[in-house]
Amino acid sequence: MKPRLVVIGNGMSAIRTVEELLKLDGERYQITVFGAEPHGNYNRILLSPVLAGEKHFEDIVTHDRAWYARHGILLYAGNPVIGIDRARRVVTALDGLEVAYDRLLIATGSRPFIIPVPGHQLPGVIAFRDIHDVETMLEAARNHRHAVVIGGGLLGLEAANGLLRQGMTVSVVHVMDSLMERQLDKPAARLLKAALEKRGMRFLLEANTAEIVGDHRVTAVRFKDGSEVAADLVVMAVGIRPNIDLAKAAGLHVERAIVVDDTLQTATDPRIYAVGECVQHRKNVYGLVAPLWDQARVCAAHLAGLGHRRYRGSVTATRLKVTGIDLYSAGDFIGGPDSEDLVLRDPGRGVYKRLVLKGNLIIGVVMYGDVADGPWYFELMQTRRDIGSLRQRLLFGRAYCESQAA
Amino acid sequence: MMDGSSPEPRDIASTCPYCGTGCGVLARTSAAGVTTVVGDPQHPTNFGRLCVKGAALGETVVPRGRLLHPAKRVAGALQRLSWPAALDEVADGFRRIIDRDGPDAVAWYVSGQLLTEDYYVANKLVKGFVGSANIDTNSRLCMSSAVAGHKRAFGEDIVPVSYDDLEQAELVVLVGSNTAWCHPILFQRLLKARERNPAMKLVVIDPRRTATSEMADLHLPVRPGTDVWLFNGLLSYLHQHGVIDTAFIEAHTSGFARTMAIADNTAGDLRSVAAACKLDPGVLTEFCRLFARSERVITAFSMGVNQSSSGTDKVNAIINCHLATGRIGKSGAGPFSITGQPNAMGGREVGGLSNMLAAHLDLEVAAHRALVQDFWQSPRIADKPGLKAVDLFDAIDAGIVKAVWIMATNPVVSLPDADKVKRALAKCELVVVSDVIADTDTTAFAHLLLPAQGWGEKDGTVTNSERCISRQRAFLPPIGEARPDWWALSEVARRWGHGAQFPYDAAHQIFDEHARLTRFGNRDDIAPRYLNLGGLVGLDQAGYDQLAPTRWPVLAGTDAPVPATDGAAPLQAFADGRYYTADRRARFVPTAPQAPAGRLDDDYPLVLNTGRVRDHWHTMTRTGLAPRLATHVAEPFVDLHPQDALLSGVREHALARVSSVHGSCVVRVRLSGEMPRNSVFVPIHWSGQFASDARVGKLVNPVVDPVSGEPEFKHTPVRVEPFSVAWHGFALSRDDHGAAAGASPLTAAAAWWTRITGDGYTRSELAGRRPDGDWSARARAMLGVVDPDADWLEYEDPTAGVFRAVHLVDGRIHACLFISPRPDLPSRAWLSSLFGKPQLDPGDRIGLLIGEPLAQGEDAGATVCSCFGIGRKTIEAAIRGGCATPAELGAQLKCGTNCGSCVPELKGLIAELRARQTTT
Repeated sequence: MKPRLVVIGNGMSAIRTVEELLKLDGERYQITVFGAEPHGNYNRILLSPVLAGEKHFEDIVTHDRAWYARHGILLYAGNPVIGIDRARRVVTALDGLEVAYDRLLIATGSRPFIIPVPGHQLPGVIAFRDIHDVETMLEAARNHRHAVVIGGGLLGLEAANGLLRQGMTVSVVHVMDSLMERQLDKPAARLLKAALEKRGMRFLLEANTAEIVGDHRVTAVRFKDGSEVAADLVVMAVGIRPNIDLAKAAGLHVERAIVVDDTLQTATDPRIYAVGECVQHRKNVYGLVAPLWDQARVCAAHLAGLGHRRYRGSVTATRLKVTGIDLYSAGDFIGGPDSEDLVLRDPGRGVYKRLVLKGNLIIGVVMYGDVADGPWYFELMQTRRDIGSLRQRLLFGRAYCESQAA
Repeated sequence: MMDGSSPEPRDIASTCPYCGTGCGVLARTSAAGVTTVVGDPQHPTNFGRLCVKGAALGETVVPRGRLLHPAKRVAGALQRLSWPAALDEVADGFRRIIDRDGPDAVAWYVSGQLLTEDYYVANKLVKGFVGSANIDTNSRLCMSSAVAGHKRAFGEDIVPVSYDDLEQAELVVLVGSNTAWCHPILFQRLLKARERNPAMKLVVIDPRRTATSEMADLHLPVRPGTDVWLFNGLLSYLHQHGVIDTAFIEAHTSGFARTMAIADNTAGDLRSVAAACKLDPGVLTEFCRLFARSERVITAFSMGVNQSSSGTDKVNAIINCHLATGRIGKSGAGPFSITGQPNAMGGREVGGLSNMLAAHLDLEVAAHRALVQDFWQSPRIADKPGLKAVDLFDAIDAGIVKAVWIMATNPVVSLPDADKVKRALAKCELVVVSDVIADTDTTAFAHLLLPAQGWGEKDGTVTNSERCISRQRAFLPPIGEARPDWWALSEVARRWGHGAQFPYDAAHQIFDEHARLTRFGNRDDIAPRYLNLGGLVGLDQAGYDQLAPTRWPVLAGTDAPVPATDGAAPLQAFADGRYYTADRRARFVPTAPQAPAGRLDDDYPLVLNTGRVRDHWHTMTRTGLAPRLATHVAEPFVDLHPQDALLSGVREHALARVSSVHGSCVVRVRLSGEMPRNSVFVPIHWSGQFASDARVGKLVNPVVDPVSGEPEFKHTPVRVEPFSVAWHGFALSRDDHGAAAGASPLTAAAAWWTRITGDGYTRSELAGRRPDGDWSARARAMLGVVDPDADWLEYEDPTAGVFRAVHLVDGRIHACLFISPRPDLPSRAWLSSLFGKPQLDPGDRIGLLIGEPLAQGEDAGATVCSCFGIGRKTIEAAIRGGCATPAELGAQLKCGTNCGSCVPELKGLIAELRARQTTT
């Protein structure tokens, strides 16, 4: 009888790990997958285009149920695991089903953070995490006018853009004075805000939400200064929290997330691995997709018994998925006292580029308007290329640098 | 043509206002007021060719910067005056000072840029009616040593050689003359003659390797200031080798024996001469052999000879060699002074120097004075030489001269020890300046400013280096209230009660009077002179207007013709073997070699040489307006030997301070490879209007030749030191930020700057000492961009100190600023070209901050051929493509086919690329 691999989670990192494993050794395990959502696997990153009406749900499904069947994987969709008994090496699902494992992969991802202000449980207050949230928003857009998105980060702006495209008036409420402060510096953020305002989005910056107002459904959002903005729909997009309750309950070592080593093995139990947004690796917790792909490859290799790969952490890059707005950021674009900046500003062409250097290495990049060279900078950053000789030309792009070198 | 009734634009023949070559031009002004200037195919000097400066003349006849009306400085500010009021002020001011302190308390400082008629009236007014000889001219700085040498040897200031002679010669020796750059058309004629006659040889004697020496058959890189050793050595060699024309010497000269003895004593042995002149003995011997065996030899010389504390001796050392061999007064032979200014010769003819009288008559000779006073019907006549240029400004500084009228020249830039000139003018009681340009370094000191007519507006004659009188004709209406200088002078004379003697309404009347004076008493028994315009007496307006270029003498039918011998042309000076000394013999002048005045020492270990560059003229008041002339040499520089650069601690392209005991300037370091050890070269052109601190005149030793009074511009001991700056930069802008010189925020932000006019923009080169600060805000302030929403692009690398910004208006480039801690800024060529574009191409915008187009191949590089705007990179590509000669390059790209002055550079590029190809 084959050893049994149980996968808790049916999201992108879970299934990418399974896929990588199948590539290495398709026959090794009897695989069982538990998922909270009643679907196969879909690309969560593309929820924004679905919300914006540019794509349909079918377009973003990556693995339908037939795929699981074809690979002999037992899928329990809509039946999440609620407990892990490490002593018995058994997981228990919501419906009481118990499945034993030889190896366990935890990929529970994260869940949106809901600010616990009064009224946060009112109907019409949602997060932006899964297809169900998208459907709720589309429904609201058909029947209501005013949307308030709390959170001016990547996800919040994508939600706001989608709702705007669905015909709602959208106000984005942000506690900071600058949008996407984790991905953009202020000049780029200003360009972005101006571009979105041009499309009709409204912004309330440095606004602290005090209460969500309404009797049976949300009617407004009230701020600490007492002002209010009308709302039929409130989307909370103020951040995500790793989904770690299960791991904690199972006695695994958890800090901000489930602590894993360079092989993605949990620190506590060598039979248990974890990948994705629910893990903490070398103090880092990732919320973007690129690290998941790296983790999946390493984890799969170890699950396959080929212990030759190590995960050393990722440098991350972000693109905002708002059609018509080109924005790219990666790495440490804020910099510190020992970093240096190269900056190019061409507001007339809507272009802003900034590279953050440390020594002769790129450690961060922010680009707005013209992001064609983003991947190249990202590559230079990841490969730790010494850019000393390129420095004077670097920000003018790859084509120029290469024409000069030739 | 706007409509059928507009008249066909007519070509007006005139004469170029630049160098002493005196080329004929045809000027045509379109209905839209745009003037184009081409060479006059009929003119015997240039036969239709023009150099790049001449070809760009049309770009200089623009209203920009012109002085439009008379003005008076009151409490530091200029107030407009009417002409009558201004002339009253001038007349009263001078009268008051003359009455109080005597006629020698006033002075005139005029210019080789004046027309003969202006010059004549100024000279007449001062010497005959003020009664002083305090009228000197910037020609003093240029060719007064030649004048003095001619007078010592010939008894009269006669240039005995013509351009035709130059073409007939078997050997042409160019001494101290970068003819290829400074007299391009003459040089082209010479090269063409050599092409036709391959036996003809060209020898260049010059400490520097120049565009001229590049074309020479033999180059003698003589040690600065040792020309007299060299020519004494030659004379001695000729004597030793029996090349002396004893019959000629006996028949027509005096003083040979004493002169020969001194030559033998000081330079009797070529080896020691070679050592003194730092020449290869083999090269020196070859030169002497060449000279010895060439019957038709011309020794042409200019500033390298004249501008010396022993300039007159240098001239005579040259003339001695021609007298000793009898190679003078014959076709294709003689000493040939090539003058620097368009009308230095005309000025000499009318006596416009403080030690001359008029019409080649002598101030020191009582009979001559009487003759002139009689002719002028003047109340008095100056009876002793006046102050020469350097002394004149010293006298102003000393409070002896209290009023000066400066016409058409810029002594604050051009005189030696120029800061002293500044101080002198600052305390002078009355400074009157007549000029075409409002803001010059000199007009800044004027109490009264008088607007002069510029080239194209004024009407008169000039005389070129070969004694050819040509008309400068007006083809434009005078701008503002500009008037002829002769008119302003005559008006002052009228106010002094001399209206009857200054009755002129038109230039031809003055010319006629001048012509009559050349003939007045011009007889063997009274005051014989070679200068005789008798044949031009009586020209009326029509005759004057039609006057074709004419070499003097021009004898009237009734005058005895100068007898011709040996079939020489009648215009061959000295063809009859008669000179204009008292005994009608030419004089040998013994010349004992003298080292230059300034001695090198540990503090000032290098010799400063000054001179012109190809595309600029004097203090750039004119050439600074022509975009076409801007880029060949865009900045003032100091050129030095790489070893001297190393010892001085300066690097190529960085800035350096060049200092003498008199003053200092700050310029860009250039290592052209043209300089010998211990010598540096700085161009003379950049004034305070075009650079923060590049007036090389400040450094120049004010020592002068004891005979001619010409200063030693070619030999001042200096040192070169790094000028440390925190940043280098350049700005291109449609706004003329530099117009008010230091006052502009752009230049005020810099510790050092230069600027130059481009096509639709002003280019400023900048360097500064304050590294810190927010460049973005600073740049906006420097370029005067106040609108926060202006279309403004910028790039910065703050830790590296790199900043770039471009300001666009309506999709066109309006200004840009590039800053770097090193002088490694991108090429200005492509960015400059964008100013001519009605709209930027979409691709251009991306290249703006790079400073070059993203697609390769559009940047032509630095301009080499200014006539056709062909850049270095284009030429290099053509050479790589197979062009192996300048002619082939010309056939393909047109470069070098107009004025030809870039041909040496083309040759250099070919050689350079070939060398590079063989080494890789």
